[in-house]
Amino acid sequence: MFHRRLKEKGIEIGLFLAAATTVVVLLFICIFLFRDGYLLFETSSFTGFITGSSWYTASTPPRFGILPLLFGSFLVTAGAIAIAVPLGLAAAIYISELASPKIADLLKPFIEILAGIPSVVYGFFGLVVLVPLIKDIFDIPTGQTALTGSIMLAMMALPTIISISEDAINAVPLALKEGSLALGSTQWQTIYKVTLPAALSGISAAVILGVGRAIGETMTVLMVTGNMAIIPGFPEGFLDPVRTMTATIALEMGEVPKGSPHFHALFAVGSVLFITTFIINMVADRIKRKYKLKEGL
Amino acid sequence: MDPRTTEKLAFCFLRACIWIVVAFVAILILYIVIQGYSIMSWEFLTEMPRNRMTEGGIYPALMGTAYLVGISMAVAIPLGVLSAIYLNEYAKESRSTWIIEMAINNLAGTPSVVFGLFGLALFVKYLAFKPSIISASLTLSLLILPVVIRASKEALITVPQEHREASLALGVTKWKTISSIVLPEALPGIVTGIILSIGRVAGETAPIMFTGAAFFLPRLPESVFSQFMALPYHLFILATSGLNPMETRPIQYGTALVLLILVLLINSIAIIIRKHYRKKLHR
Repeated sequence: MFHRRLKEKGIEIGLFLAAATTVVVLLFICIFLFRDGYLLFETSSFTGFITGSSWYTASTPPRFGILPLLFGSFLVTAGAIAIAVPLGLAAAIYISELASPKIADLLKPFIEILAGIPSVVYGFFGLVVLVPLIKDIFDIPTGQTALTGSIMLAMMALPTIISISEDAINAVPLALKEGSLALGSTQWQTIYKVTLPAALSGISAAVILGVGRAIGETMTVLMVTGNMAIIPGFPEGFLDPVRTMTATIALEMGEVPKGSPHFHALFAVGSVLFITTFIINMVADRIKRKYKLKEGL
Repeated sequence: MDPRTTEKLAFCFLRACIWIVVAFVAILILYIVIQGYSIMSWEFLTEMPRNRMTEGGIYPALMGTAYLVGISMAVAIPLGVLSAIYLNEYAKESRSTWIIEMAINNLAGTPSVVFGLFGLALFVKYLAFKPSIISASLTLSLLILPVVIRASKEALITVPQEHREASLALGVTKWKTISSIVLPEALPGIVTGIILSIGRVAGETAPIMFTGAAFFLPRLPESVFSQFMALPYHLFILATSGLNPMETRPIQYGTALVLLILVLLINSIAIIIRKHYRKKLHR
């Protein structure tokens, strides 16, 4: 009996340790990222990094100002969200409120495929189809623009936005909708005035996670946004090439000597990116926990 | 405006939105299928690249991706399933549970390129695994871990509480109950989740760029400490580097198609398993 209990306890501890590896991994990511990023400030100043408006890695001395990359990421992400939120919300309303169960069952695999397509395939599709299209439509010298990135990122953020919004809409009590319909409202009035406001906090979690998705996406933006490290204008910057934080890391890490200031600068950019998504995740987590929503795609 | 008219207009808009989404997926798939179809052949899949990658097949990239999937899943599956069992069957509402769940959510939302940096710092540099299959696989396994945990947990939750209680009431120990009652019942759900995450591992590019993926390596890796070629990185390199990316366009379409088929195949298998399982459940 004693032996059996000991064995049970041992199993529980073993399982706990397995689960605890996730915490260890997160801690390790912080340590390794921040340590290599911090080393940049032995050769350059911290304020120069955070407030610097030029990213010239080849000049002497090199200038590692993160602002062009930060604004590049913000611009592309803002564009993506402006496209993905109305589209995703509309799709979620359609699937959960209007579509017959049969149609909804047909649509869901489409959303899953959208989530499953590798980012490099999106990037490739964007490069060979959307880039020439944007160039022709707007009659500009290159189709590799922030807008191109925004459109592709919007498509990639859709599954996250649709699946969590759908869950939030489904979580609205039926009694609320029935009450509204019984008062003579049309179905749309009910959706617009009752269901959506009731689901708003869940939908906000969906939007926040969509932002996280878009800001962290690498391959697609790398392939379609042209990668020019200049602070973009607004809104005309949408038709110019931009460079995001993710693309900078992916583009330059392959060529830098390990341990050089440039190497550490890329880790510093990675740290900023990590802190940004960390905050986004914590906020979304809080909302999801409060309203007991699922994890989403 | 008359509420009925408004409703009609609004529903038209909703329908238009869903059509845009469906059309986008359909166009993307059709375009790559049509463009990549002509180069697809047995030789394309089984031959080495030749003549500066402008001719020949994608065999080493295909095999590289297979190695990556194999090793990273071998690490992530046991770790992920065991973590999910702990969280769903043992964990109580406590601070440590909250920390673990927060860590999982954060890992799931961490950009893949950050995992790439981490893999470079930890596996390649600190542990001195060099850019290699093992460095890249371990990086990918950490990236996919939260996905496996979530999917497994989702499957465990669906097992009715009564089944556990019935077993425990017969004097069966908790672990025996989990291993012979709960796990078998949750298995189809867990397997579905794992299959979907295979697609994710196969398609990731950013985490392997600095941890071992090679530009051009017309042979199979000799050991887990060798560099390798991989499908997504191969597509990226062909599409963006070199003097004339147009020269290799057919091979690019072919590689994209292989990746796409992989994902579609994986999704259909997962959907079939889920359908089959649901039918069994509702019998």
